[in-house]
Amino acid sequence: MSIGAAEGGPRPGTGRPRRGTGANAGRPHAALALPGVLFFLFFAALPMVLAFCLSFTEWNGLGNPRPAGLANWRKLFDDDRLTRSLTVTVLLTVVNWAFQTVVSVLLGVWAAGRQRNRAILSAIFFVPFLLSSTAISLLFYALLDPNFGIIHGETLGSTDGAFLAIVFVGGWQFIPFHTLIYQGGARQIPEVLYQAAAIDGAGRYRRFLSITLPQLRNTATTSGVLMVVGSLTYFETVLILTQGGPGTDTAILPYLMYEAGFKSYDFGYASAIASFLVVAATALSLLLVRLSGFGTMRSTREGM
Amino acid sequence: MSHETLPRPVKTGAAPAARPDGRRRRHWTRRPDPLAGLGSIVWLTVVIVPVYAMITASLTPRDEALGNNALKPPARPTLANYSTVLHSGFFHYLWNTVLAAVAVVAIVLVLCVPLAYVAVRTRGFWSGAAFRLFLLGVAIPAQAVVVPLYLMIAKLNLYDSLLAIILPTAAFAMPVAILVLTGSIRDISEEVYEAMALDGASPLRMLFQLVIPMSKGGISTVGIYSALQAWNGFLFPLIFTQSEGPRVLTLGLFNYVSQFGVDIPALLASVVLSGIPIFAVYLVARRALVGGLMGVGGK
Repeated sequence: MSIGAAEGGPRPGTGRPRRGTGANAGRPHAALALPGVLFFLFFAALPMVLAFCLSFTEWNGLGNPRPAGLANWRKLFDDDRLTRSLTVTVLLTVVNWAFQTVVSVLLGVWAAGRQRNRAILSAIFFVPFLLSSTAISLLFYALLDPNFGIIHGETLGSTDGAFLAIVFVGGWQFIPFHTLIYQGGARQIPEVLYQAAAIDGAGRYRRFLSITLPQLRNTATTSGVLMVVGSLTYFETVLILTQGGPGTDTAILPYLMYEAGFKSYDFGYASAIASFLVVAATALSLLLVRLSGFGTMRSTREGM
Repeated sequence: MSHETLPRPVKTGAAPAARPDGRRRRHWTRRPDPLAGLGSIVWLTVVIVPVYAMITASLTPRDEALGNNALKPPARPTLANYSTVLHSGFFHYLWNTVLAAVAVVAIVLVLCVPLAYVAVRTRGFWSGAAFRLFLLGVAIPAQAVVVPLYLMIAKLNLYDSLLAIILPTAAFAMPVAILVLTGSIRDISEEVYEAMALDGASPLRMLFQLVIPMSKGGISTVGIYSALQAWNGFLFPLIFTQSEGPRVLTLGLFNYVSQFGVDIPALLASVVLSGIPIFAVYLVARRALVGGLMGVGGK
């Protein structure tokens, strides 16, 4: 390819060397990006704006939405299910994050070792991730069945049991994935750091705490953002395992919205909940990005 | 299992002396770590027990299952549950899912590779803004937009079609795709572009002859990631489709709950069957799959 190009390289007098030699030569035209941007704007950004608009209307899914002013928002902030739901959502996010991060860091660093037994076990550990969340939720729905399951008892009937079941099922599915991310991160830690520490006489656990963990900071951010956003969207797990129950004790925000929209056909109210969810998710991610410098991540590995 | 796990590192720990290649430098991490060994066995149990229970239970005859413990192997194992599932539209759902996954991957790659290329190679307000738009997009939960999307899909006459699943799924896979692709395109050094520019290569030609070949890793990561999004997708199919025609596997599984009711062995057989296609891919292409997914975490 470059041979043919080289022949035409000097090309006298065609005005090829644009504006000096360098910076702008061969920059792609922004139009190349346009289809992607438009597609995303249409199917992801526009609906978000629409959700906000719909939250000021009353609509049961048939006919056209009718303006309803602030009614939905007033209802939202008067709804004590929202406070409960918000608490459960935040609690679930935090507990999920903690559980999945601790296990994934340990397993990921462990799997980063090149031993053969670790490679074999890692291959097995990855298997749960091959099932869809729907399949996994159904699996645990069956295994927690009081008449049939592993645990004969009403696990899903108690508030704590249902909550822990959701956390466990989420972890069971996503820990393999996050383990993989941490494994990749741990393998990129420069060997020299460990060599230096070993010369200084640092033991295994000391090296883990003082080198591995700090070096995994960026990995932790990526994985953390994915976990937090993931927890906000645990939907099928809740729908299949607990249906928000017992009562509304595990009705996280997305489930509350689904119920309002597609069970009670109150799409205006569902949109208000959805807008609230967007604001909460965006604020949370911005906070995480700020706290951890996700946006500047590209440069942190340079020079290593 | 414990006998497998613990002594092994001892052997490999002693090995490096006999192995003068580069592996030797890791020798201090190769001493056996009893705590890690123990932890790995605990996690192995956590992973294996549900999988084991799922498989035994799916082989249990229906009348034997009630009041039984899922961990107990069936006295008279049977494949009847699998045949029940296979006769309930399973292949049709699987086919729809495969179609949707292929379409989603195609759309995401065709749209995102040029986009990421532009985002990396141009420095202007708009490309920066576009990049930030997608960065924020990572945080938008798909749940938040189902109501308006439902309205849009209905107005576009797409309700209850595979496209109603494909288009939004592709859109919501884009943010992570862009993040991964910009990361891997950024790794191509400036000099290579300059050399090609000196050779008179057009930006489009650089895209095809430089950017795409050099970011194969990122592209396969994005392919795998978007295929999994389509494979796992549940909410969009639940809300945007209704009839048997465009039903995908996840929704088919969900419907088995009401169809099979208390027939838990059949339900679990459907779960096992739904896992087999990806498990087959995993067996054949584990390295590519795992390596690709690792790329989601940034290189």
